[in-house]
Amino acid sequence: MTKKLEISAGKVPEIGPDQFALLEKLTNATAVSGDEHEVRQIVLEEIKLIADDVKVDAMGNVLATKFGRGENRVRVMLASHMDEIGFMIVKKHDDGLFEFERVGGIDERQLPGKAVLVGRDHLPGVIGAKPIHMTTRDERKKKIEVGSLRIDLGPEAGDQVKPGDWATFATRFEILGPSIRAKALDDRLGVAILIELLKHAPENIDLLVAFTVQEEVGLRGARVAAYRFDPDMAIAVDSTPANDLPNWDRDVENSRYNTRLDAGPAIYAMDGATIGDQRLIRLLTEVAAENEIPYQIRQPGPGGTDAGVIHKVRAGVPSLSVSVPSRYAHSAAGIARIDDWANTLRLLHTALSQVSPDLLAVERRD
Amino acid sequence: MIDFLPFLKKMISAPGLSGFEGPIREIIREAWEPLTDELSVSKLGSLHGLKKGRGPEPRKRVLISTHMDAIGMMVTGIEEGLMRITQIGGIDHRILPGQPVIVHGREDLPGQVVQPPAHLLPESAGSGPVEMQYLLVDVGLRPADVVEKVRVGDLVSYAQAPLELTGDAIAGHTLDNRVSVAAATICLDELQTRLHDWDVWAVASVQEEETLGGALTSPFEIRPDIAIVVDVCFAKGPGANDWRNLPFGGGVGLGWGPNIHPALYRAFEEKAKALEIPANQDLMPKMSGTDAMAVQIVAEGIPTAVLGIPLRYMHTPVETVSMKDVRRVGRLMAEFIADLKPDAMDKINWEE
Amino acid sequence: MKSLIQKLVETPGPSGFEYEIRDAVREAIGDAADEIRVDALGSLIAVKGKKAAGGKRVMVSAHMDEIGLMVTHVDKNGFVRVTNIGGVYPMTCVGGRVLFMNGTRGVIYASDLKPGSQPKISDLYVDVGATSKEDCPVKVGDVCGFERPFQDLGKRMVAKSMDDRVAAAIAIEALRRLESTPNEIHFVFSTQEEVGLRGATTAAYGVDPEVGFALDVTLSGDTPKAMPRMETALGDGPAIKVRDASFIADPRLVDWMVKQAEAAGIPYQMEVLTAGGTDGRAIQMTRAGVPAGCISIPCRYIHSPSEMVDTDDVENSVKLLVKLLSEPIELD
Repeated sequence: MTKKLEISAGKVPEIGPDQFALLEKLTNATAVSGDEHEVRQIVLEEIKLIADDVKVDAMGNVLATKFGRGENRVRVMLASHMDEIGFMIVKKHDDGLFEFERVGGIDERQLPGKAVLVGRDHLPGVIGAKPIHMTTRDERKKKIEVGSLRIDLGPEAGDQVKPGDWATFATRFEILGPSIRAKALDDRLGVAILIELLKHAPENIDLLVAFTVQEEVGLRGARVAAYRFDPDMAIAVDSTPANDLPNWDRDVENSRYNTRLDAGPAIYAMDGATIGDQRLIRLLTEVAAENEIPYQIRQPGPGGTDAGVIHKVRAGVPSLSVSVPSRYAHSAAGIARIDDWANTLRLLHTALSQVSPDLLAVERRD
Repeated sequence: MIDFLPFLKKMISAPGLSGFEGPIREIIREAWEPLTDELSVSKLGSLHGLKKGRGPEPRKRVLISTHMDAIGMMVTGIEEGLMRITQIGGIDHRILPGQPVIVHGREDLPGQVVQPPAHLLPESAGSGPVEMQYLLVDVGLRPADVVEKVRVGDLVSYAQAPLELTGDAIAGHTLDNRVSVAAATICLDELQTRLHDWDVWAVASVQEEETLGGALTSPFEIRPDIAIVVDVCFAKGPGANDWRNLPFGGGVGLGWGPNIHPALYRAFEEKAKALEIPANQDLMPKMSGTDAMAVQIVAEGIPTAVLGIPLRYMHTPVETVSMKDVRRVGRLMAEFIADLKPDAMDKINWEE
Repeated sequence: MKSLIQKLVETPGPSGFEYEIRDAVREAIGDAADEIRVDALGSLIAVKGKKAAGGKRVMVSAHMDEIGLMVTHVDKNGFVRVTNIGGVYPMTCVGGRVLFMNGTRGVIYASDLKPGSQPKISDLYVDVGATSKEDCPVKVGDVCGFERPFQDLGKRMVAKSMDDRVAAAIAIEALRRLESTPNEIHFVFSTQEEVGLRGATTAAYGVDPEVGFALDVTLSGDTPKAMPRMETALGDGPAIKVRDASFIADPRLVDWMVKQAEAAGIPYQMEVLTAGGTDGRAIQMTRAGVPAGCISIPCRYIHSPSEMVDTDDVENSVKLLVKLLSEPIELD
């Protein structure tokens, strides 16, 4: 049971117009794994006046430190990834259309008939599909092969687009009642949360914040960020699928929903890359109960977050993942609840305010 | 200008499977001895060659990372004088039947991979390509002799001798990745008569084909400021004509993707253009499939470039490469390194 | 030693939840070690010996975690759905028993069992005797291991989690029997091996050894139509690993191990495993690299609730390990 410290600063951050504006900027930016430049620039702009130290490392991670006050401060690393899934242009064909490859896991059935934005200048393009009139019923039973799809930027794309350029879906940020619809909620929600936590950093800890690169292609940036920070503990803040849709067979419960919207921040007991440190799980669940913050346990199963590499760095780092649930991850548009976003921020801030050396002084156990 | 073809041919005639690189290491050591100031061997057997720069200490370090290990096979069992095998590295089993090999037992035994007739195989093996677990190696000896000379765990390498083809092309096994060692050697040779500020660490790495073990551990020891990974890439050829394939003999492959630092890509692109060395973008949208996957994420991260030598028929015993491209890579690296100023790292950033 | 093995195999502790088996290991070591510590991921490290001339810092790794299951969902009738922790064969689960870390026991079965087909993990469910979600004593995130008692068949022993508790027992016994050594030996009882060698990865970084030995079980080829086809057999002695699917043992170390076994007259066999991974890999890839090898205990029915090993193989594994650790290790 962790002690509530007398020293805890920073009022609990809330979601307001500034936070919406920032998330809009973040989700509308293009930053495919390996080309995180646009989001990196937004992050640097937001934090350069708040952090005590900011570095961009060899892989492009933004590493920001905010020192706390007092003795024996625990060094807490937070990680969210700046990259999103997307596409790389691989060839310009003679007909002026562009062949492309996916970067990160995208179901190919999400591609045909979508609008995309290509390159740093966000040039609009489309992924077309053959007219239905020219297809046969048998043909429509099979997936359209990614290799046959093309991005069409119109007849005068010329040299504005070339192989090696990146592209994303063209979805723009929108508020739909209690929800947000945008691309790249995975993990711009995490990035936004980390920026808020930096702005309201609790003073009992040293906050080591990593805005990581290349999570979607193998959790790569987080590994070197953690090696450099060498933290005492770490929390990865990500977004995870909510597959809480109705089962076609109405007599059958949906028992594989992963997480549900409106059920609060999702704490990971175990995913494909990490078995969460029970001491950190206990901290968060107790804080949630004491402060009446809803939370859910993400269903154990495949998938991974930056915690998957962070916990194995050097001699080991007690780590945990916490995510904002969102539907339709890794497709053109995701949907998340504003309340879940706000509660994730609240839970993390409150829990961080209560971190003390006592937390890790005991051996790892349930 | 030294002809490096004999050195390359010597390398690809020597064994040195992933995990067992001793023999090839000795050949490379002999070649690097006169070209370097210090030679050392890592804990896992990688060869590290240091050629010191002339700048004041502490000098910056550039790593040239190549791998010397070969793919091949290992004996898993002996039945009636014939050997069962498993692969070391990725081998398409369809190229194995009839392949001449050498079994490295208590002595080197020439033999061949044989495909048993269908009636001696389970029905599921069918009439299609026979999987590796059903193939055998015959060295022509009687069972009693085999048991004395061979045991489980012994290595089996391809026996195909190098062939000089027309147009400055060479064919043989393990051109992946000993051509990169040749390119690195050409680079070291050129640097004998060029001044350079930075320290150059040439590494012939182990175990790329199996675990990337060398690439994970050598940079940890050396801690370079930048790394140049040299490997083979896909050349256009039969059945290989899409965007992943570069023209055979058509120039150096410049890797582009998350595994590569874009500032290094641009620096090499500019240098190749200035020297009129043909170069082509080698797209790697996800991962490079090379040691760069490991090198880039060692310790605090290392800005990495990937230079490719286009090669046909990868992982077969008749891999084919143009010596022109091998020389081009060697020369490009030498010129790049000679131009590295002590403050070159200031430009290796993420600002663009 | 059989009672030590029994104690260890019967203690629950799937990957990530090793606290009880850690206590059992710690108790078994007693004061036989010079020092004991627990690292960030929960691995227990017991040090014995001081480095003398010709000696090295050596890491020995046996993993104390076992495979298991974690609850993903409790349905409205109190049936519990699960996912695997480590490599679980659903076929070996059906009709078995499980023990949750909170003490709850249950039966594991599969829904939708079609004749002629094998169940998948998602077909499995556990029946703990609950009748509704509300009265179910387990919840999402709870963890269980398979429950099956140890059986002494004389020449053979059978239990669940011989992988890798028999090796943990061998390590403890070797630690006890070690009389003199020029080496500083770190006996690591690692966590989370079954989910990707995680405990050994971080323990190896922390220990920073010059040489490493993993201790694990390996498949034997001596059962009807054994696949993959292996030459290893129960009773032929501890296996000296040449390679598995995760790493290639340092050949210099392999040769040295063979010489030591022959010098001490300990039976041994050579092992080439075309599947599987062991802590050896984690040690080998640490920092600037570490020459690593592995002593394997031949085992039948790995990752089933009834893993079988040979009593003499186990005793000879202890002897071999003691012999290796008592000598200066020469690699060239």
